[in-house]
Amino acid sequence: NKHVIRGKSGVEQVKLLDRFNNKTTTGTLYLTATHLIFVESNVPGAHEIWILHHHIASVEKLSLTTSGCPLLIQCRNFRVVHFVVPRERDCHDVYSSLLRLLRPVSYDELYAFSYNPKQNEQQREVGWQLIDLTAEFERLGLPCDQWQLSDVNRDYKVCETYPRDLYVPITASKPIIVGSSKFRSKGRFPVLTYFYQEKKAAVCRCSQPLSGFSARCLEDEHMLQAISKANHNSRFVYVMDTRPKLNALANRAAGKGYENEDNYSNIRFQFVGIENIHVMRASLQKLLEVVGTRSLSVNDYLLGLESSGWLRHIKAIVDAAIFLTKAVTVEGASVLVHCSDGWDRTAQVCALGALLMDPYYRTLKGFMVLIEKEWISFGHKFADRCDQLDGDPREVSPVFTQFLDCVWQLMEQFPQAFEFSEWFLIQLHEHVHSCQFGNFLGNSQRQREELQLKDRTYSLWAHLLSEQHNYLNPVYSPSFAERHPVLEPSTQPWNFKFWRNMYHQFDRTMHPRQSILKHTLTLKESNSKLEDTAHTLQAVSSYLLSSPLRCTNTPLQSLSSLHDSSPDAPDGNGGERTVEGSSATENGYGELQSSFSSKNEPAMVSLEFGVARMTC
Amino acid sequence: MEFAELIKTPRVDGVVLHRPFLPTVEGTLCLTGHHLILSSRQDNTEELWLLHANIDAIEKRFIGSLGTIIVKCKDLRIIQLDIPGMEECLNIANSIEALSTLDSVSLMYPFFYRPMFEVIEDGWNLFLPEEAFKELESMTDEWRLSEVNKDFSICPSYPALVTVPKDIDDDSLCKAATFRHGGRFPVLSYYHKKNGMVIMRASQPLTGTSGRRCKEDEKLINATLRAGKRGYIIDTRTIAVAQQAKARGGGFEQEANYPQWRRIHKAIERTNILQESLIKIVEACNDHSNSMDRWLSKLEASNWQSQVKEILTTACLAAQCIDREGASVLVHGTEGTDSTLQVTSLAQIILEPACRTVRGFQALVEREWLQAGHPFQQRCAQSAYSNEKLRSEAPVFLLFLDCVWQILRQFPCSFQFNEHFLVMLFEHTYASQFGTFLGTTAAERVKLKLSQKTVSLWSWVNRPQELERFLNPLYEPNSLVIWPSVAPQSLLLWEGVFLRWNRSTKCLDEAYEEMVHIIEYNKELQLKVWVRSSAAGQRRFMGPCISHMHILSL
Repeated sequence: NKHVIRGKSGVEQVKLLDRFNNKTTTGTLYLTATHLIFVESNVPGAHEIWILHHHIASVEKLSLTTSGCPLLIQCRNFRVVHFVVPRERDCHDVYSSLLRLLRPVSYDELYAFSYNPKQNEQQREVGWQLIDLTAEFERLGLPCDQWQLSDVNRDYKVCETYPRDLYVPITASKPIIVGSSKFRSKGRFPVLTYFYQEKKAAVCRCSQPLSGFSARCLEDEHMLQAISKANHNSRFVYVMDTRPKLNALANRAAGKGYENEDNYSNIRFQFVGIENIHVMRASLQKLLEVVGTRSLSVNDYLLGLESSGWLRHIKAIVDAAIFLTKAVTVEGASVLVHCSDGWDRTAQVCALGALLMDPYYRTLKGFMVLIEKEWISFGHKFADRCDQLDGDPREVSPVFTQFLDCVWQLMEQFPQAFEFSEWFLIQLHEHVHSCQFGNFLGNSQRQREELQLKDRTYSLWAHLLSEQHNYLNPVYSPSFAERHPVLEPSTQPWNFKFWRNMYHQFDRTMHPRQSILKHTLTLKESNSKLEDTAHTLQAVSSYLLSSPLRCTNTPLQSLSSLHDSSPDAPDGNGGERTVEGSSATENGYGELQSSFSSKNEPAMVSLEFGVARMTC
Repeated sequence: MEFAELIKTPRVDGVVLHRPFLPTVEGTLCLTGHHLILSSRQDNTEELWLLHANIDAIEKRFIGSLGTIIVKCKDLRIIQLDIPGMEECLNIANSIEALSTLDSVSLMYPFFYRPMFEVIEDGWNLFLPEEAFKELESMTDEWRLSEVNKDFSICPSYPALVTVPKDIDDDSLCKAATFRHGGRFPVLSYYHKKNGMVIMRASQPLTGTSGRRCKEDEKLINATLRAGKRGYIIDTRTIAVAQQAKARGGGFEQEANYPQWRRIHKAIERTNILQESLIKIVEACNDHSNSMDRWLSKLEASNWQSQVKEILTTACLAAQCIDREGASVLVHGTEGTDSTLQVTSLAQIILEPACRTVRGFQALVEREWLQAGHPFQQRCAQSAYSNEKLRSEAPVFLLFLDCVWQILRQFPCSFQFNEHFLVMLFEHTYASQFGTFLGTTAAERVKLKLSQKTVSLWSWVNRPQELERFLNPLYEPNSLVIWPSVAPQSLLLWEGVFLRWNRSTKCLDEAYEEMVHIIEYNKELQLKVWVRSSAAGQRRFMGPCISHMHILSL
């Protein structure tokens, strides 16, 4: 079902230029309803690149060169491809088709509604039931004597961007809730999002109060009082405004702002200074510009890293999460977290804080629950932030990417704390933008229900769980969680690093050529197979002892298949081969004049592990 | 001189030792001729034994009668000693200062150290040039071992035996030596089995401003080229620096006189700049008050990572010439004892799988650094903290180790040794009980009678019980050339050296242990399956499994 481009099935003789070296590949470009596909020509086992239209952030037609018309495509998963199409007319066709395809205007056009993984209705339904937030709150010990499930938002009447089920203090009556919600931006009144059972301390979230310069709201004050009273361990509740103070001050002029400590009897107010979505968008853009530079010097790289501010922002989020964690786990105080609307910075800080406090969220399934809760159900605007539909570019921001980056930084410090590896994070990032599954579509639960996603699309969680063996961390230790229920990361600046495997996930020449993660994961998988084989063999040998004429070859098959799949197997024939993906000319060590013979490099093998495999 | 003269107070009780990430220890401080020892005199606590030679700088502070000495070590560790009594503290401080700055080599600890272990394999005899040449002879007859420098008179910084083209006689070598800085005429550094191409190294030619030339030198390096072939000269200096060198009698090979060679200039910095770079990066890593931006800008300002990239790039270029272009290479800088050796030795790591084994790497260090005349004693006299005026200190070898570590990080399964091995070498170049890194040249080492009077580092390292710590569990021999990425995004800060004392590595160490466990368990299971399948009479089917058995038989 490949799209026909002006009477042809594909555009031939298209050159793909590597963005960091002079390597070019020639192949054919195809366009389907969902993907742009490049197939390398004249190579056995040809290399293919599949680019989902939804992943394309921008398409640019550069000025004509002697070899053809260049087309630069930048993707949200940080893939950058540079094609040169021999004929200008073909290039224009591809360009205009892409422009039409890459910005859907209605949800119905998204891939998720046509994607069919060949599952039946029942399987689809089961997939959507895998992550259950009611069970999650039960796990946290809720409802309890101080916190109850409120039905006030059952019909999304009080707050349309909140989920239906909300947990509030038992002393917070309906009029207090409704009153408080009217005093909060977008009606996002304070509700519980995490409960630290050991100290009966709650993490609550909301949006900024509509306080302006002097407005106050008794119901809202009551609401905070109720949160405070629900925790006997502490006489006060922390209010964390995750914005820089200046931003909060500026908001007062627009009738918004922050809590006045004089009006709220028992709060401790604190700014933590995470920048807004616009600063973050610009920061990532600058970062990508810097690391996308050819022949980048070390000093330009480090200066660029600094001036992009990206790592400073990542550190600010981690610092805020540590503050939250300490308040809850050490002081036993409840904390109310907000920013402006309470769906970006608030989600980052609450989710990261919960991850530090509760080892369950560091398991594969627990992490899904965490995302489902803090991000999906509480209305992080995935559609707007990830630019799913043609919308306001000022709404786009890498807020969720930053959260994943923070988690990766923690993984680097605590390699045994997480059940999953960075490949899982990269895969999540892939699908937040792919619109292949229903989970991240839309901006709120209400909207997702209207779109009937559970009936019309599939759940990513089921898909990820079905191939979870790829995402496991081989050195994960459940006993680590027992020894370190609360993670206490160091925030020395050197602990915050550029996440190369995320932002350069498609630039294989920059990766280590042998992956310890892949190697160890394979060995661990092989260990469980070997255990089975050893077991079987023992049974066989005792069986053979009793009836020596019988023979079986089952263990042999499993063994040889095991060996075939072992990674990084040294290649005996030496010769011209190099270690996979490692070649002299692709690294640009130096320009050797062409007066000397230059040889062709062996074709580079692309390892697209941890990157979406398209199932069409 | 008696050490006792320098030690006024040999013992103080009630001294408190502070170390980052470790509990404080209270105990007795003792000074001996070579060590600072702190013992709590309890059985279960670890004692501190610090070589005076490892002390780079000290600071004294007094609060009332309580004195504090901050001891800054060459391995970059910083410890604090609280000493009751002002006089005791001053005495101790003065003794440490005197003992840690002794100039005489013969007073160094290696001359006093008696091993507590039996030397089974003497490291001094492990890597003799004759042996290396035998191996070369088995591959090619184009080279010979010359004794022209047997009394170290032609080139004081070369070993007694050097490998040179067969067709060049000793007289020509003598003449070529007069044309090269410090007499370092071109000699063989590496022979690439696969295509017979070679890396040669030398020092700069003494062309001077008048454009001197030397027929013997030209003939010597041309003799390394096969008929119709051309080669590359990699000058590790920028063209500007090389030009300036002419005014001081140095220079570079003029195209007109070396028509078969193409010269490439790179920009590896001179030694004093490298030392500044080390001081800055260590300062940045020790400052715990840095904001994110300040950290990044200090890291940038230190230029350390830039040096790593430049050295690695130059080495890759040399390897590329050899393996991809099929052209031989001559490498030099100014003296040919620093950047030259970084490039030639790293190129071998990239090209030659044998250099990635423990033994092979030791042989490389012997051949390309010790015998090749890297002046370890001068370069490693001071480290990053010293307040003394710099003489010719420079972290040349540390940068080489850093580059090796970068390659190791990118090819974690291709090296038989691990990071600890590299860190250990770094430590021993600055302060050691072994004589291996004493002296500046092969000639001096002979004069000092190191092989008779001191123990070789290799004698200790190669003992199975020591070696175990330095082996990489992920190692799978691979016969390929390994091309590292030199993009800034691929180069990392060597935390194992620079942040070693500034962070707790408990979580990282435990994770490493778990990885080792997975690997060991895999071997164990393989064995179990093999044994059981043999027992089941199926041994002849177990082909694929056998390849794993060589690991077990080690």
